[in-house]
Amino acid sequence: MSAYLSQLRTELALASRQSEQLLVSLGIPLLVLVFFSSVDVLPTGTDEPIDFLAPGVLALAVMSTSLVSLGIGTGFERTYGVLKRLGASPLGRGRWIAAKITTVLVTEVAQWVVLIAVALGLGWSPPGSGWIVAIAGALLGTAAFGGLGLLMAGTLPGVATLAAANGLYLVLLLTGGMIIPLGELPGPLAAVAKVLPAAPLAEVITGSLTAGASVAPWAWISLAAWAVAAPLAAAALFRWE
Amino acid sequence: MPLPGDQPGDQPGPATGASPAPAVLPGEPPGEPAVQVEGLVIRYGEVVAVDGISFRAEFGQLTVVLGPNGAGKTSMIEHLEGYRPAAGGRSTVLGLDPIRDHHRLTASVGLMLQQGGVPTAIRPAEVLRQYAGFFPHPRDPSELLERVGLTERARTPYRRLSGGEQQRLSLALAVIGRPRVVFLDEPTAGVDLQGRDLIRELVRELRAEGVCVVVTTHDLDEAEHLADRIVIIDHGRVVADGTPAELTSSASQDHLLFGAPPGLDLASMSERVGASVVEVAPGEYRVEADPSPTMVAALTSWLAEHDMQLADLRAGRQRLDDVFRRLTDERSQR
Repeated sequence: MSAYLSQLRTELALASRQSEQLLVSLGIPLLVLVFFSSVDVLPTGTDEPIDFLAPGVLALAVMSTSLVSLGIGTGFERTYGVLKRLGASPLGRGRWIAAKITTVLVTEVAQWVVLIAVALGLGWSPPGSGWIVAIAGALLGTAAFGGLGLLMAGTLPGVATLAAANGLYLVLLLTGGMIIPLGELPGPLAAVAKVLPAAPLAEVITGSLTAGASVAPWAWISLAAWAVAAPLAAAALFRWE
Repeated sequence: MPLPGDQPGDQPGPATGASPAPAVLPGEPPGEPAVQVEGLVIRYGEVVAVDGISFRAEFGQLTVVLGPNGAGKTSMIEHLEGYRPAAGGRSTVLGLDPIRDHHRLTASVGLMLQQGGVPTAIRPAEVLRQYAGFFPHPRDPSELLERVGLTERARTPYRRLSGGEQQRLSLALAVIGRPRVVFLDEPTAGVDLQGRDLIRELVRELRAEGVCVVVTTHDLDEAEHLADRIVIIDHGRVVADGTPAELTSSASQDHLLFGAPPGLDLASMSERVGASVVEVAPGEYRVEADPSPTMVAALTSWLAEHDMQLADLRAGRQRLDDVFRRLTDERSQR
């Protein structure tokens, strides 16, 4: 337990110190939320843009932290031999991955607290009943994107992980139904987006936190498949050096 | 002088009332060497990096593994650290298999990688406290920081430390868990003189505490000054193994070494001194014959005729680098 706590303390300290990671995990979702709810240029399909944007950025925050922050951070740790060095200590892989997961979850909770507070301040009024479902979706999304982040971190050089994670982030941001509704995309693109992990995550969170809406079944299937497949692929292919 | 934190008086509280000595692994047979390697083979695909190495390293001794770059030192030590599986042979660390029993060994083995291993944004005090948290009876992080001369840099991010400071921090990480066996891969590479002295002093203290220390280096001076036992390896094989005194006296002495400007006319000189002369390195020569006064006289007269300076001249007892150069040369010429 103390080895896990010791590692967790280090992970949290490092996560809070990486300003470029803070920009991605909090800066961009906040910017999207505040800017596009004030400047109504997006085809959100709702009367108030905030009603679509608020759940969208909650999904975006999950993707930012578990794909980009976790992937890039771990990728550089692997490149710099940090993982190799830890492998020779009594910490062990189990406690290492537990500390990583805890750090991602703590970061996501902090992101959600800030984003929800700002969204409520901007006039968002979500239904009270959808939160359990939204949190379940966020946990599945964390598994899916965390698996993808670790898969890149464990197979690509640090700089390649940086490029791949940021590139994927941008593509999924635009096609994932987080700031632009899936219905606005051309049919074939929307069909592809549904089998990628971002759109189902956004659908689950948006569907559960929008009054009168529900979550489409395809979203659960797609998201659950990613939540199982990505961590398994990462576990199988991850190289520690 | 033991490391700070070693005196029982330094450790208040019942938790540290336990023996400050590193824990003995259960089931460790008495009298076993700390590290034993027998016929170790390590391959990377078709390339054989380690080709049947055998040696032992004892508790309370400093074993230096010496060899040129690419000799297989790091592959071998990374096997003992639990990173590289063996393609053949058998090795034990504290009586256990370094790969199969890796998790049982981590609490008793300390190591220093050739480079890196520390997050660039972390501060020395933080990373020492982090690793201290992994071990049951760690040394005190702040005392250890003081011991390696990094107290002033305790809050400087790792990436802004000098190469020598990074190495000293890495050494502190290697010993924070009170290991019984310590592997140091090129510990003084890129370290300034002051840092080098500090690292050597710490290593001697570990030895005095009964720790088995295995150091790889290609620095002959380091080997000669530190080692209780030297294992010279080249092209993945052991070419010599013994105490520094054994290595320098047992090797054959039927030659004379001298330094002079590079590129001498070896044929002409060989004819004069009556024995074969080879240039073993630019400006360093070896005469393949028993050094006699007559031969030395012939040598110096040849140099005088050709108006060449004699830089140095050695007969009899050899220096370690002579042994090393000859042994590693012989193999590469084979």
